[in-house]
Amino acid sequence: MSTILLIEQVLNGLQSGVMLFLMAAGLTLIFGVMGLINLAHGSLYMVGAFAAAAVAGATGSFVLALIASLVAAAAAGAVVELTVIRRLYDRDHLDQVLATFALILIFSEGTRWIFGSFPLFLDIPDALAGPVMLPGGIQYPLYRLVIIGVGLVVAIGLFQLIARTRIGIRIRAGESDREMIAALGVDISKLYTIVFALGAALAGLAGALVGAIQSVQVGMGEPVLILAFVVIVIGGIGSIKGALVGALLVGLTDTLGGVLLPGFFATFMEPSAATAVGSSLASMSIYILMAGVLLFRPTGLYGGR
Amino acid sequence: MKLKSLILAAGLAAAGSFALADGHAGKVKVGMITTLSGGGAGLGIDVRDGFMLAAKMAGNDNLEVVIEDDQRKPEIAVQLADKMIQSEKVDVMTGIIWSNLAMAVVPAATAQGKFYLSPNAGPSALAGKGCHPLYFNVAWQNDNLHEAAGAYANDAGYKNTFILAPNYPAGQDALTGYKRMYGGELAGEIYTKLGQTDYAAEIAQIRASGADSVFFFLPGGMGISFLKQYAGSGVDLPVVGPAFSFDQGILQAVGEAALGVKNTSQWNKDIDNAANKAFVEAFQAEYGRLPSLYASQGYDTANLLLSAMAKADVSDADAFRAALAAAEFDSVRGDFAFGPNQHPVQDFYVREVIKEGDVFTNKIIGASLTDHGDAYAADCSY
Repeated sequence: MSTILLIEQVLNGLQSGVMLFLMAAGLTLIFGVMGLINLAHGSLYMVGAFAAAAVAGATGSFVLALIASLVAAAAAGAVVELTVIRRLYDRDHLDQVLATFALILIFSEGTRWIFGSFPLFLDIPDALAGPVMLPGGIQYPLYRLVIIGVGLVVAIGLFQLIARTRIGIRIRAGESDREMIAALGVDISKLYTIVFALGAALAGLAGALVGAIQSVQVGMGEPVLILAFVVIVIGGIGSIKGALVGALLVGLTDTLGGVLLPGFFATFMEPSAATAVGSSLASMSIYILMAGVLLFRPTGLYGGR
Repeated sequence: MKLKSLILAAGLAAAGSFALADGHAGKVKVGMITTLSGGGAGLGIDVRDGFMLAAKMAGNDNLEVVIEDDQRKPEIAVQLADKMIQSEKVDVMTGIIWSNLAMAVVPAATAQGKFYLSPNAGPSALAGKGCHPLYFNVAWQNDNLHEAAGAYANDAGYKNTFILAPNYPAGQDALTGYKRMYGGELAGEIYTKLGQTDYAAEIAQIRASGADSVFFFLPGGMGISFLKQYAGSGVDLPVVGPAFSFDQGILQAVGEAALGVKNTSQWNKDIDNAANKAFVEAFQAEYGRLPSLYASQGYDTANLLLSAMAKADVSDADAFRAALAAAEFDSVRGDFAFGPNQHPVQDFYVREVIKEGDVFTNKIIGASLTDHGDAYAADCSY
């Protein structure tokens, strides 16, 4: 394996990691602040992608499409919080899982009802299309570099928001003790709606960014949702920092495992058997990673509780 | 063998008496189980629409169709099949898209004396030793389109192909099928995860492998993702694939990235025969979109069934089976016949993705394999 190929794969791992972070950040915030398991987070990712595809199709502008994805996902998140989720905070986790699972079905069939069963078209803008030459002779798609950049900018912005703004203080306070901040006069239900909409907007943005290089179709959110859950379990539930580290770990493990493991088995096995064994093991690698982390840190890498 | 055929005969007789007891002699009740919701619903909808279009055009009152959605889940398909056989008392079953669902439903249905006409899935297990006199495949054996792609790669002079497919039975069949016909070297062979959406890692390996061409089988959304990312990666090796990743339903989502790609198929909308012209026009008039490969398969399945209904009564299973096996209908593919295992013997074409006005579609640029059956027919004996 050449160094260039390895560097390229590391970049790929980073790119998938920062996209996972956008999903996992919302999920972990919602769980941390409200104690709610939101299975419908993947549906908000899908809403963002569909909104972006619809607006890009109508206007031809990718920037407008991204804005639409943020607005649509945040709006969908706020509406869902006000109508359904609000009633679930006091229920146990099983009720939450059932209700948010129902939301997945409603979102999926609703989207199919509006947009049809066939995948939609969302393409990367011409200005970002094609590969660029990086130092060292590495050819890498420009759009993926931009995704890494956007993801890191959002991550920094989110840390600043949590650490330095009043709303961030309230979110952190809500994570530590929700009865107390309610008693101190913070409008807790408004705070919950804002956090939920913020998480939804991040998921929607991820959906739109990824939708441009993948396919925009019903059910696109669920595979990502599973990975996002793995990320927040590894990172520690409720921790944004944990979500970032966990997302990058999962992204890198997933990508590098898929590349290196078949090659590793090929050194002492027949090529076709090595491919089969390597690919199977690679698809398990992130779960093995999760099990390993939980073995030594049962609350995740940055989990306090 | 004697015992087996005795049981079979008893089963057939039972099926026949059911039909008579219901008083629908001459009529045929079809149970269609297909994927109408969830991922991959586009395929099932196309099969259903093609089938129902043919039924509507024939205007045959003796044909009754019950349609159910399997949600692409084997356990649901099995439940639906039980319901259709036991309470709906269908005579003929059809509709399943996915090979794993077909494996769960077809052997049980045929063992209970129901005809099964496959409009899509053609797993190798049902083509060879597991073949059944009541099982007909109207589409292809799973390996076929990949074999055609391998044959095309030889014709195009490719010597060092990089091949990839998802790690599941149809993916393994795909690479096996390609390698069966392809004569050159392999630059690499990768099994990806089923449902994988990011192919950056695989594309980087393709770039580093020194291949002269790429063959891939990634049905549905996986193919869309791969092609878009491949087009953006700067790798410009020629790509070959089976028609599934370049079909009418998904081409619009792939967009420019698919232009010029060669793919292999047993059907295209520009095959020049009267049946196909009528089909393409009627489908567009009825549904307002271009027909896909799957729609053509559904349409042929219905016409095959109608041709058998015109010649024999379904309660006479032997006669009905002979009428099906004769395949005397005007296929939209042109020549169509069943091989000894009741799978098609047909021509395969190479298509190229083009843009007609605003719509991405395919045109045939040459033949790949003619009168091609499948590799498993020899293992089949009734």
